[in-house]
Amino acid sequence: MTTRFDGPESAGWHRLDRRTLGVSALTMAGVAFGAGIPTTIGVIGGGTGWWVALAFVLPAALLLIGVVVAGDYLRWRGTRYRCTPERLEVAFNLVFHSRKSLPRERIRSVDLTANPLHRLLGVAVLTIGTGQHEESGRSRIKLDPLARADAERLRTELLHRKEKEAAAEAVTDDHVLATLNWQWLRYAPLSFLAPTLGLAAFGALFKVADWFGAQKGVIHWAYERFREFPLVVTILVLLAAALVIGVVGALVLFVEMWWNYRLEREPGGTLRVRRGLLTTRSITVEERRLRGIDLVEPLGNRLAGAARVDAVATGMRQKNDDGKTDYHTLQPAAPLGQAQRVAALVLREPVSPTEAVRLRSHPIAARGRRLRWALVGAALPVLVLVVLGLLLTDVLLIIGAALAVVAFPVAVALAFEAYRNLGHGITGRYLVARSGAVRRSTVALERDGVIGLVVKQSIFQRRKGLATLTATTAAGAGAYSVYDAAPDEALEFAETAVPGILTPFLASPEASAAAERSRA
Amino acid sequence: METNTVALRPPRHALDRRAIAWWRAQSALVFGVPVVALVVLGLLIPPARTALLIPGVVLAVLGAAWVIALPLWWYRVHRWENTETAVYSRSGFFWQEWRVAPLSRIQTVDTLRGPLEQMFGLATLTVTTASARGAIKIHGLDAELAARVAEQLTELTQATPGDAT
Repeated sequence: MTTRFDGPESAGWHRLDRRTLGVSALTMAGVAFGAGIPTTIGVIGGGTGWWVALAFVLPAALLLIGVVVAGDYLRWRGTRYRCTPERLEVAFNLVFHSRKSLPRERIRSVDLTANPLHRLLGVAVLTIGTGQHEESGRSRIKLDPLARADAERLRTELLHRKEKEAAAEAVTDDHVLATLNWQWLRYAPLSFLAPTLGLAAFGALFKVADWFGAQKGVIHWAYERFREFPLVVTILVLLAAALVIGVVGALVLFVEMWWNYRLEREPGGTLRVRRGLLTTRSITVEERRLRGIDLVEPLGNRLAGAARVDAVATGMRQKNDDGKTDYHTLQPAAPLGQAQRVAALVLREPVSPTEAVRLRSHPIAARGRRLRWALVGAALPVLVLVVLGLLLTDVLLIIGAALAVVAFPVAVALAFEAYRNLGHGITGRYLVARSGAVRRSTVALERDGVIGLVVKQSIFQRRKGLATLTATTAAGAGAYSVYDAAPDEALEFAETAVPGILTPFLASPEASAAAERSRA
Repeated sequence: METNTVALRPPRHALDRRAIAWWRAQSALVFGVPVVALVVLGLLIPPARTALLIPGVVLAVLGAAWVIALPLWWYRVHRWENTETAVYSRSGFFWQEWRVAPLSRIQTVDTLRGPLEQMFGLATLTVTTASARGAIKIHGLDAELAARVAEQLTELTQATPGDAT
């Protein structure tokens, strides 16, 4: 090697795994194949012979693969990392020089992922986060890829730096908190994922048909099939098909994501989630970074008595690179009892605060607000349909009426549910806030983790005597709110939950009003 | 509201008086650009003259009312205060917001002066905490005062132990 790493300071510098070249070659081969097939067919369809088509497509594909692999080779050549007792450093030295360095004591999470290609080649991607301004991405180091065994070793080394300290405080804490129970599979289709996947499947069908220039053909074929049936039957059949595809898709996705799921507590005070069938994932969070949990119950799951548990921790990735938000899920949708049990275990409490708490309900005016929102939300699409119906065709009027019959009761029911779900309370070290109808979330946030308070009041809320209290925190979503509580109750709640923050700024309402007048 | 036992009192300090002029200048720009565009186009394109001039005039009248009246109201609402333990602010127009950040949780204190703010000798004080959604922004402070407060807060927060999370 002719790089500067060969000097005396080269000690401890490692390269990434060479097999990254294989990963990028195979990935690009897949991309080239996926893009090449429709192109080839398109070219042939345009009247050209198949060998001419291949003569165009094949070199293009090879060029694409070559360029990407060459780029990856340069990246591999230039990148070195090392782990000293104080810091983890990554350097890139090839034309450009850059050096990224994380103090090891600031490392808060270490995640391992391996997609099927990585697994085939025996490598894994290690992502190290510090939690400071996660969204900027600058405080994250990604070692892509390392040999599987190296990745495991580095993970343990980075996280268990204080093994001795930890061993002193809790010796036999290394155990499994939860493993996959296949009965949970039944909750997978009860989410919004199923219908979304179903509709996406139709979209994909048209996309593929479009590649082959057969979009009209498909519509024509479907039209022929359904010509004898009335429109309503056709719509119902298509909806049923979408639903079946969606359910199957949701099941498959659940299996892919949660295969071999294990939630463990490791020595050194970390929690580790391991899961995945094709792409294996290992997500770790330090317990001292945990500020609470979020018990999430989407409507479908709630009706079936299920809930999932998300971590509220500082420095945890809120989203993975695809924008999916499953990276902080500690326990997939399971019966409520199981979810509460895991929550309690994770927080080292005898009973989960989400279960132990007695929630106070909110003023009745909050229900009125929710009803108004629901009615406006339901009325808008109906109104649009009616106006268009009056202007264009009567069919839209009928659809509008049907929609109104369905939408208004559903909206009202959801509004009542949303009001019923509002609540806040304090139990032990935690404050608990619950809200949401379609997605009910019960957050238990450590009171010490609250780093600021916000009281918000719109002019409507002021008229109705309501206010929203938000506790800001370094963990999770950054802020959790108690919506539409009575203002004095919200303030008292804040004072009890986090004593002292608001104290200097509180006064009796008369004194506040007097202060206001004297300044006005 | 008679049953209330406690309430948040307004923060002690008002913004600098010049903030009113600054808000007016901002609003005047926001309304002025489309009004001028409409009027100029209206004068240049005779066939569409009424169609362009009427909205222009309506917008100008609304804008004038906005520019004159609202900043006075905002000035009454926007207040701030820093104590030995916390920074406290009240802001918002239709949605009022009271924000409190304890000094022990403050990470950075910055002052920022936009081009328009500079013309009025004003500055914005931004106090951030470790929460992505916990920042307090106080617009329209006297620039020197903002710098002094920022310095004072930075000293105080450095003296407070802990990693602020």
